[in-house]
Amino acid sequence: MTGGDLLLVALGAIAVGAGLLVVTTRHLVRAGLYLVVCLAAVAGLYLVLTAELLAWVQVLIYVGAVVVLLLFAMMLTRAPIGARADLDRPGWPAALVGGGAGLGLALLLVDAVRWSTVELPAAGDAERIGEAVFGSWVLPFEVLSVLLLAALIGAIVLSRPDIGASRDRED
Amino acid sequence: MIRPAIPYVTAALLFGLGVYGVLRRRNAVLVLMSVELMLNAVNLILVTADTTVRAALPATGQVFTLFVIVIAAAEVGVGLAIVLHLYRLRASIAVDEVPLAHDSRGAAPPGTPPDRASADVPGQAAPDPTSGAIGQQVGSR
Repeated sequence: MTGGDLLLVALGAIAVGAGLLVVTTRHLVRAGLYLVVCLAAVAGLYLVLTAELLAWVQVLIYVGAVVVLLLFAMMLTRAPIGARADLDRPGWPAALVGGGAGLGLALLLVDAVRWSTVELPAAGDAERIGEAVFGSWVLPFEVLSVLLLAALIGAIVLSRPDIGASRDRED
Repeated sequence: MIRPAIPYVTAALLFGLGVYGVLRRRNAVLVLMSVELMLNAVNLILVTADTTVRAALPATGQVFTLFVIVIAAAEVGVGLAIVLHLYRLRASIAVDEVPLAHDSRGAAPPGTPPDRASADVPGQAAPDPTSGAIGQQVGSR
């Protein structure tokens, strides 16, 4: 076990523990805050794995934008403050399927890599990723920009009742 | 020097937690959070593989992770717009009360025909500020 291993274990434990709290807590707003902890721990894992640009993109987009958007939606749908008992369905099938998927995937991946060690490459910089994006992956990049535009327009159309789905009430 | 088994197992457990949350939770916003957990697990696997496997194209895993993050942002924008629309129609975002058939009769509030449900839901939460706020949120990104 080297220092990198210890960091990976610690950050992974934080991420999995916070993720467990996200899916089990009875406080709606706290679930969003635990999600922040989980995503930040994943960003730390990216840092240890020498993906610096991705770590900061994760902090900016997930912690900065996605979680804020989720909290926004909670407030707009009148999130209850305090513990609620009716957030969950009865969950043996969910525990079975989720635990089966998680443990099965873990077994498969551990069986693939065993306990081998890998030398980390030199710390990644944005130049390498930029070259890859604009060299090998230009077409998916452009398609993604169209996807973002479509999602933006779709979200606006969905959330405006006067131009959206409920046109039949104008008669 | 690291052992790639550690982040792989972390990612697998996060994915399992996400699956559990999607199946277990009733609140649509919590379901979206669980989907985010699953997407993060996939991203973690991509980054770990990019770091530990020598590929023909350099940095491919990280580029794919960037693309997945972008798609996740778009998904959350549209998903939350749908959730807010559902809340405006039904005054509830419990996913097991969503009517799946077009003319489902059991799930609609009494006295509200399903086709005109948007017109007169009691407890409709001021549609104009709602839609404006979300439109700005999505638009500002």
